[in-house]
Amino acid sequence: MAREAPPLVLQSPTLRWIEHRLPIIGFGYQHLVAYQTPRNLNYWWNFGSLAGICLMLQIVTGIVLAMHYTPHVAHAFDSVEHIMRDVNWGWFLRYAHANGASMFFIVVYIHIFRGLYYGSYKAPRELLWMLGVVILLLMMATAFMGYVLPWGQMSFWGATVITNLFSAIPLFGESIVTWLWGGFTVDNPTLNRFFSLHYLLPFVIVAVVFLHLVALHTHGSNNPVGIDLGKKDKIPFHPYYTVKDMFGLAVFMIVFAAFVFFAPNVLGHPDNYIPANPLVTPPHIVPEWYFLPFYAILRAITFDILWIIPAKLGGVIAMFASIGVLFLLPWLDTSRVRSARYRPIYRIFFWLLVIDCFVLGYVGSQPPEGWLPTIGLVATLWYFAHFLIVLPILGKLERPLPVPESLSSPVLGRGMAAAPAE
Amino acid sequence: MPASRLGLLVLGLALAVVPFPARAAVEAEPPVRESWPHQGIFGTFDRAALQRGFQVYKEVCSACHGTKYLAFRNLTALGYTEDEVKAIAAEYTVMDGPNDQGEMFERPARPSDRKPSPYPNEQAARAANNGAYPPDLSLIVKARAGGENYIYSLLIGYEEPPAGVTVPDGMHYNKYFPGHFIGMPPILQPDGVTYADGTKATVAQQARDVTQFLAWLAEPRLEDRKRTGIKAMLFLIVLTGLLYAYKRRVWADVH
Repeated sequence: MAREAPPLVLQSPTLRWIEHRLPIIGFGYQHLVAYQTPRNLNYWWNFGSLAGICLMLQIVTGIVLAMHYTPHVAHAFDSVEHIMRDVNWGWFLRYAHANGASMFFIVVYIHIFRGLYYGSYKAPRELLWMLGVVILLLMMATAFMGYVLPWGQMSFWGATVITNLFSAIPLFGESIVTWLWGGFTVDNPTLNRFFSLHYLLPFVIVAVVFLHLVALHTHGSNNPVGIDLGKKDKIPFHPYYTVKDMFGLAVFMIVFAAFVFFAPNVLGHPDNYIPANPLVTPPHIVPEWYFLPFYAILRAITFDILWIIPAKLGGVIAMFASIGVLFLLPWLDTSRVRSARYRPIYRIFFWLLVIDCFVLGYVGSQPPEGWLPTIGLVATLWYFAHFLIVLPILGKLERPLPVPESLSSPVLGRGMAAAPAE
Repeated sequence: MPASRLGLLVLGLALAVVPFPARAAVEAEPPVRESWPHQGIFGTFDRAALQRGFQVYKEVCSACHGTKYLAFRNLTALGYTEDEVKAIAAEYTVMDGPNDQGEMFERPARPSDRKPSPYPNEQAARAANNGAYPPDLSLIVKARAGGENYIYSLLIGYEEPPAGVTVPDGMHYNKYFPGHFIGMPPILQPDGVTYADGTKATVAQQARDVTQFLAWLAEPRLEDRKRTGIKAMLFLIVLTGLLYAYKRRVWADVH
């Protein structure tokens, strides 16, 4: 069953000359061809490479868009319409970039939930997971600033609402907001720095993705069974996973193309086709769909906490903590079994968390009226309870199913593997 | 992964990406649902309707509403010849200059010019319209929830206010407008324009035509986009099939 790629043999003297001085060909061969990969990865493992491809597509479309875009409050909206109407294939570039951001988040969210389901954050992959959370944070900052660039009504008011969150910081809040804006309101300096940072951050993401891959290749991919695999259960990355990733990419491109060509504006908001107007507030300010769960958490805290933390600051803390808690996840989950396949109770809580995130997303999309703020608060509490209460306790109490010792010996005695985690 | 679980996830994702419409301050009636020739994967614009719609815009709406992204040269997309476009452009005067004497001067518009706005600035527009600002119509179909259906509904939605409702001075009652009171008067009248192709100019016909013109103006590359999309889809579906077959072959000895 064991399969390994043949050792790299360079026929060409030129390539040998280069490789002797700069071993870049061997490096590529080692990590893209010979790299030993579990043979049992399912299609949920496709979303890692898809996320990398999304990042590349965003960078390529974004660089070309930047050649035609003008980061000035008086010209930004016009320059976007210029791209849509007069630049050759400009409509395609812009729709691919705007919908590409949504696709990137869908892919990354699936990638994250796959990690949650199969326990991919557990030892020895804690830093791999934490680097992933850093990438998520950078993506959120990049996407937020990118949405401001067209300088429509939602751009302007979204920027105003989100930057104003920093005013909740005690003592220095107002000064920090003025510093972020480069003035006393969201204006031209704000747009300029957002453009600059929106261009910079994707390359910072590329650097963190590189570290993410270094960490990944150190211990190799986790797998649906969640056990450490021996050589006989591994296969070389090429051709097995190159062709599988290519197939997954083609399926993904069909979904992506359906949005770009046939429904390019359904994920956007009509108000962003109205030029920014500081004097007219939209009746209902909403962020892009991929921020809605976090927006719901932000708005869930409508009361002062312990008379010390004002509601606004409480909301901001809760929102950042909802990401922050992910950094602690490897230590909050006390179960030694990685994969949810062998954790029947965790599996239920996993799907509850998925539902909870959709509930938060719905609450975030609606005006805070009627029962919705209450539902938002309950869903927020559940989100934190899942990580801070359920996971630590569940790891101690849950009795996992028997875990196989290798892929080729799925049937096993009820020996040590069936013993509950301590 | 069991199919049912995958199905659940796909359903959840689909729900997550459906945009939830914002609730208006005062509930307006949901717009009527019309069918439009440019809808759907294979939709294309109806050139005759676009030309009629342009006529309605030119003769009625453009008295108050600008279209800052409309250059006369764009009108060839409606089926006008270059000479017809030149003639349409020449009906307008634009400011040019400075000339070599350093002076600004007026001249007839050329196809490369953009259609001049009815007012020099927003203040002038408000002063002439009882304080209300007639928005630029270049993107109006994409800038309103409901798109074409909403614009069409608004144009045919004027009626007498219900008993007990007093319409403020200078406002008009429109059942599809959020809040119901709109500054724009019911400007479309039966036979308010005379169509060159003999189509009867009812209010609904004019509303439908001008809505299609505005949909074109908001998304002039719509036909390009859909045509490219169909080719891209066919290519991707074939590619996906080939890659799937290839993947099965490569993996045959692992399974």
